[in-house]
Amino acid sequence: MLDLWIRYGDRLIDGALVTVKLVALACIIGLVLAIPLALARRSNRRWISVPAYLYIYFFRGTPLIVQLALLYYGLAQFEAVRESPFWIVLGDAEYCGLLGLTLNTTAYVAEILRGGIAAVPKGEVEAAEACGMSRVTVYRRIVLPRAFQIAWPAYGNEVILLLKGSALVSTITVYDLMGETRSVFSRGYDDTVYLYAAALYLILALAITGTFRLGERRMNRYLRASA
Amino acid sequence: MAGHPAAAAGPALIAEDIHKRFGDLAVLRGVTLSAAAGEVIAIIGSSGSGKSTFLRCINFLEIPDRGRIVLDGEEIRVRIGRAGRLTGVDRKQIARLRSQLGMVFQSFNLWAHMTVLQNIAEGPVQVLKRSRAEAREEAMALLEKVGLESRFDSYPAQLSGGQQQRVAIARALAMQPKVLLFDEPTSSLDPELVGEVLRVMQDLAQEGRTMIVVTHEMGFAREVSDRTVFLHRGRIEEEGSPADLFGAPKSGRLQQFLSSQM
Repeated sequence: MLDLWIRYGDRLIDGALVTVKLVALACIIGLVLAIPLALARRSNRRWISVPAYLYIYFFRGTPLIVQLALLYYGLAQFEAVRESPFWIVLGDAEYCGLLGLTLNTTAYVAEILRGGIAAVPKGEVEAAEACGMSRVTVYRRIVLPRAFQIAWPAYGNEVILLLKGSALVSTITVYDLMGETRSVFSRGYDDTVYLYAAALYLILALAITGTFRLGERRMNRYLRASA
Repeated sequence: MAGHPAAAAGPALIAEDIHKRFGDLAVLRGVTLSAAAGEVIAIIGSSGSGKSTFLRCINFLEIPDRGRIVLDGEEIRVRIGRAGRLTGVDRKQIARLRSQLGMVFQSFNLWAHMTVLQNIAEGPVQVLKRSRAEAREEAMALLEKVGLESRFDSYPAQLSGGQQQRVAIARALAMQPKVLLFDEPTSSLDPELVGEVLRVMQDLAQEGRTMIVVTHEMGFAREVSDRTVFLHRGRIEEEGSPADLFGAPKSGRLQQFLSSQM
């Protein structure tokens, strides 16, 4: 069991690093994109809210593995795509995987954020309006900070799901942790490699959970009614 | 420091013929009120009389269906849409007027993610474009005024209701408003905490601030206000000096209301 690790450990670590890179980037870009998407979803103007709704509906309603396949194999069917500048991204499996993960997580995070925004106490928003803050200022200073704090635990959960979902990029030939694992397995059909993979995923999940717990403690410091 | 310019010859605030309905319910049916600079007006009435809605119409937290608001000579510009309703309100102008009207809410509404000091300094920094240092200095002075300077670094959740409301008053004062609006400021407080808030309000009245106070505290209306207004079913039923209103109420409804309060 150990000699498998001695022989292939480096490859699994390399794969895990690819996974970390993909998840971290998708996480950050997704969060940034989710803010305008959540706001659009809440808009009273239908030409803004309906496209946002459809986007979220599509990415939450179809399997990630299908989305990745459509991006990587589907779009490549079109010559126009292959000759367009987008091919730099869409022709590369890793970029494509990152794009798929990002588009997917953006939809989920937007919904989480929308819930957080809706849960901000109305009185606090009114207090901000009553002192003459513009709408942008009200959102920037009051609504979004409060919404993030409210949505934080749910967001942490989404990042864990994203980590596990990221294993699917191996289906479009990305050598992430899962991709390396499958490749090692195909060499000798030694299924203990999956145990190593599971252990590595657990370690990554533990790191994410810990980070979010620290963040939660810091963010909720003002709710602790003591001092 | 008196927050209003002495130069203003006209009333500090005029709210004229304010109408507001929620669906089929006509909450305000033409309320007119004008406050002279330095005047303290108490608005009393049973729940559902429209007194809070009236206050919220003054700073456009509710958009009135009809009527006009003039603050220190400046009228809030509103367009009359179809069906004679006010629509298409000029956001910038409303924001400017709001910045000159301090509002104190029944449920305090302090921003939970900010410390006491940040709560008070936020408006001056974001709206009046003061420097942070300057705003914090003024905030500390206001905290001293409401007797909470030692709690500047606390979060709202760490304060009692009475303390939170005093911070909320300091937050309203920080904007140097021309008129202060109080929406039942003591109604969600435990009885033993009401006094500390009323005392702060009394001090403000004595400083000569213009105040409109919606209240259930008959004692406050009677002793502190210059004029008391009794609202009933969206109309002013009776108004006058508190001595007249409480001593010799003319309308039967006011008599009934007062006897129910005793």
